Amino acid sequence: MKGNEAIAEAAILAGCRHYFGYPITPQTEVAAYMAKRMPKIGGTFLQAESEVAAINMVIGVASTGKRCMTSSSSPGISLKCEGLSYLAGCDLPALVVNVERGGPGLGGIQPSQSDYFQATRGSGHGDFRMIVLAPASVQEMADLTVKGFDLAEKYRVTTMLLADGTMGQMMEPVSLEAPAVTEYDKSWAVTGTNCERKHNIINSLSLIPEELEQQNIERFERYAKIEENETMYEEFMMEDAEIAIVAFGVAARISKNAILAAREKGIKVGLIRPITLWPFPKAPIAKAAAQVKEFISVEMNMGQMIEDVKLAIGCSRPVSLVNRVGGMIPSPEQVLARIEEIAGGNGK
Amino acid sequence: MEFKRVTLFAGHYGSGKTNIAVNYALAIKAAGIPVRIADLDIVNPYFRTKDSADRLAAAGIQLISSEYANSNVDFPALPGRMYAVTDDTSEYAVMDIGGDDRGALALGRYAPAILAENNYEMLFVINCYRPLTQNAADTVEVLREVEAAGGMKATALVNNSNLGVHTAPEDILASVAYAEEISRMTGLPVKMTTVREDLLPALSGKIENLFPLALQHKYTWN
Repeated sequence: MKGNEAIAEAAILAGCRHYFGYPITPQTEVAAYMAKRMPKIGGTFLQAESEVAAINMVIGVASTGKRCMTSSSSPGISLKCEGLSYLAGCDLPALVVNVERGGPGLGGIQPSQSDYFQATRGSGHGDFRMIVLAPASVQEMADLTVKGFDLAEKYRVTTMLLADGTMGQMMEPVSLEAPAVTEYDKSWAVTGTNCERKHNIINSLSLIPEELEQQNIERFERYAKIEENETMYEEFMMEDAEIAIVAFGVAARISKNAILAAREKGIKVGLIRPITLWPFPKAPIAKAAAQVKEFISVEMNMGQMIEDVKLAIGCSRPVSLVNRVGGMIPSPEQVLARIEEIAGGNGK
Repeated sequence: MEFKRVTLFAGHYGSGKTNIAVNYALAIKAAGIPVRIADLDIVNPYFRTKDSADRLAAAGIQLISSEYANSNVDFPALPGRMYAVTDDTSEYAVMDIGGDDRGALALGRYAPAILAENNYEMLFVINCYRPLTQNAADTVEVLREVEAAGGMKATALVNNSNLGVHTAPEDILASVAYAEEISRMTGLPVKMTTVREDLLPALSGKIENLFPLALQHKYTWN
């Protein structure tokens, strides 16, 4: 299956019956797949007139407590940012997929990881966070889609699946099973009162400053719980590592190949792969700082996650960047060259 | 193997048409026949015939492809020299059609000339390991959509059931019944079953008309 198709099928298995989107390369297969499948299972596929319309349709369905999603690629996600802020202000659960391409602006259609800042910091105005999941295989595209719906409902937040274009386009075998779906409290949903209860109101406008302040504080208490309970990462060959690479998505896969090549040359290097970009796996990276002499951040951007790596270790070790941008993908050889520079002692 | 003047490869999105088309053009050339390959895919901007440009050039096969293939824009345009496929009948041609009905739409522009010349094969590529063509009925539905969009009927099937680099010989053997069922439903013969080169010894004699494939690429992320 293609990564994009895996997202779509996994969403259907997870109970999503409402998809709203607008085509943009390299994520269009999500919409194309939904267009084929949703009518056959009684679901709703709607190609909206724009990305802005699609995210607002998501707000509408999410208000009723139903699982719903939209997907796009970088420029389209920028258009959705207003809606992402409103989703947060309304405390609504939703899954938003970003299969990233090169930017800024229209950029290009080749893969990129340059929306890291946008996803982890600034997808709209106001104080809010989204859970950001970074798959590194087609299987994970499916698994994290399922997980994303669950986390969104558990904490009443938006989950963003942040995949570089490579992940969306690559084909790998996938096993898919209908997951056990946890039923969370949805007494907040607008589903009709039957004249038996007070109206629920979904709204991000607060007329009283004290109340708005309290809502923000309560929201961040939930974010603290997410940080405490939901941080995910993978460690690869870190047991005896003297150099640690931090990388996510396809950059992590390329880094693994570089690590295997370095190990053959006797260089002890390992990988910490954040699976949640927010919450960022600060603890394992801070722990590694006591063990390794240097960190390398491998990214397909001009150096965005590297800031989180430096923050996690309090700048206690050197952190260097190995990167390609503009739709280019770093090569294992490029990563290996940096590993060898550091191992050779001339790591500047 | 007998070749027609024009061979078209159509099929479901991601069924493996491009890789087969490239290998098929190389096979025609290896038989001493001058051949060009045309990329008609206006749907998918990735994994293009152009990825094999060096291999095709080395074999002396002309590649006709969008100027924008593998660039940073997704521009669904075909070059004017695409008409060489139908206008210059002195060379054989392999046409790589885009996936599904929306990909086959571009074929409609060239179909009347191909039908008038009447020296063609339209091969429909099937893969039971793709999510929307896992059974015969769904696959035939896609086949009919492609035929309607392209304005041409398929003349034979190519069983390309595979799981990429993870394919085992048993996976291909398990797909034979699927291909035969589609053949029964449509009346189209299974012209060939593709097999990755390294799996050929394990399947020789077990499936008729095996067509060995060299995979185009080794990806750095695998």
